[in-house]
Amino acid sequence: MQITLHLNGTSHPLDVDPRTTLLDALRHHLGLTGTKKGCDHGQCGACTVLMDGRRINACLTLACMAEGHDITTIEGLGTPGNLSPLQQQFLDHDGFQCGYCTPGQICSATGMLEEIAAGWPSHVSDSLDGPYDLTHAEIAERMSGNLCRCAAYTNIVAAIRQAAQGTREDAA
Amino acid sequence: MREFTFHRAASVADLPAGATIIAGGTNLLDLMKLEVIAPEALVDITRLPLDRVEPEGEGLRIGALVRNSDLAAHPTVRRDYPVLSRALLAGASGQLRNMATTGGNLMQRTRCPYFYDRRMACNKRDPGAGCAAIGGVTRNHAILGASDHCIATYPGDMAVALRALDAVVEIDGPSPRRVPLADFHLLPGDTPHVETVLQPGEIITAVILPAPVGGQQRYRKVRDRASYAFALVSVAAVVGMDGGRISHAALAFGGVAHKPWRDPEVESLLLGREPSDALFHEAAEILLRPAQAHGENAFKIPLLRRALMATLRDATGMETTA
Repeated sequence: MQITLHLNGTSHPLDVDPRTTLLDALRHHLGLTGTKKGCDHGQCGACTVLMDGRRINACLTLACMAEGHDITTIEGLGTPGNLSPLQQQFLDHDGFQCGYCTPGQICSATGMLEEIAAGWPSHVSDSLDGPYDLTHAEIAERMSGNLCRCAAYTNIVAAIRQAAQGTREDAA
Repeated sequence: MREFTFHRAASVADLPAGATIIAGGTNLLDLMKLEVIAPEALVDITRLPLDRVEPEGEGLRIGALVRNSDLAAHPTVRRDYPVLSRALLAGASGQLRNMATTGGNLMQRTRCPYFYDRRMACNKRDPGAGCAAIGGVTRNHAILGASDHCIATYPGDMAVALRALDAVVEIDGPSPRRVPLADFHLLPGDTPHVETVLQPGEIITAVILPAPVGGQQRYRKVRDRASYAFALVSVAAVVGMDGGRISHAALAFGGVAHKPWRDPEVESLLLGREPSDALFHEAAEILLRPAQAHGENAFKIPLLRRALMATLRDATGMETTA
């Protein structure tokens, strides 16, 4: 079927089988291999992208259902010469070992920081009334949909915390 | 994944006969990839205007397409139905909550591993084939309301809170109707493949919450990991106190049965009584009287007793949460 994906600010017409997931459309049809396939069942978070600014699992989304939505992948967040704050902090804090989960971690953290800014509570929040501090417990809970088999979690948490503080300082 | 035709619904009236509804897709696509289910036709309802939370009388009408994350963060839900926010936040991951919908969450299938494994006998997947879970690995299986044909559990959290809140499911179709959530999910009996009262051609359009009852609201979930895992057991509690006595008690239980479980006898025991461990122990005894273990899931019986007692101590102010 003919669809058009709005991806990283550009429209891409595609001819896809209805079974094609957004993840496979990105990697196989559009050659954007930054988004990774781990489990392909929504359990590992390696395929996390942003749809209308919200983090989702691209492996559990049909490409044809993503039509009309704005999709942002890791390629759309920053470039080697113009890294996003989270990308920079993952480098500065060595927030990876093999790097396979990193695009998903960064897309997920990008969406998560927006959720925090919007005052969304989490399972570990003491109160349902925000705002919420980015404690270790809050970051661990809010990022639990992203696994890292190298267990670089300590540095991932540090990178996210630093990026969030930078964002707040910019806002102030 | 097997081939299917894809149709985007333009209205609730525009649902092709025989097509399987897809919204968030978080459970459906997972099952389709494994070919546990293989719909010939999918109808995408995500463009329908069913994504609003709005007042209805003194209560709340939650559209079927309201995403789990939006519902958990909704100011009215946080203020008036906190047990619902807490249950939603205890489920899945941030990414999945951003996709999963209110209606789809009610329709999610069991996570029984024998249902997921097509090499295993399963009366849900293949009616009459038998149940490989009985006598098998039963860590996640039911202790209440199971049958000789199926010991699977309903896996969700949201519906457990909705059960404690006396929610009602709004259904559109040839004969639009409203069904109490209590009657929406079915026990397995000898037809475990029939999980809800929803008929072909029908669609969930909303979930209705009655006027808020206040009180202390808790959702206590016990699981194998601290985050992103299904409940072994869970307790949704709405408890009111008046003059040191329990004046309201609504208690629903997840992870233990084919549907969110509730026992009116447990609640009537508590009404008008002063909180005490002896009382709560008696409540647990009533709750667990019909409990039946299936091998290794026997641990769920003492676990549910302790989870209920801890939740009641907390909600009645006997003890603050650690």
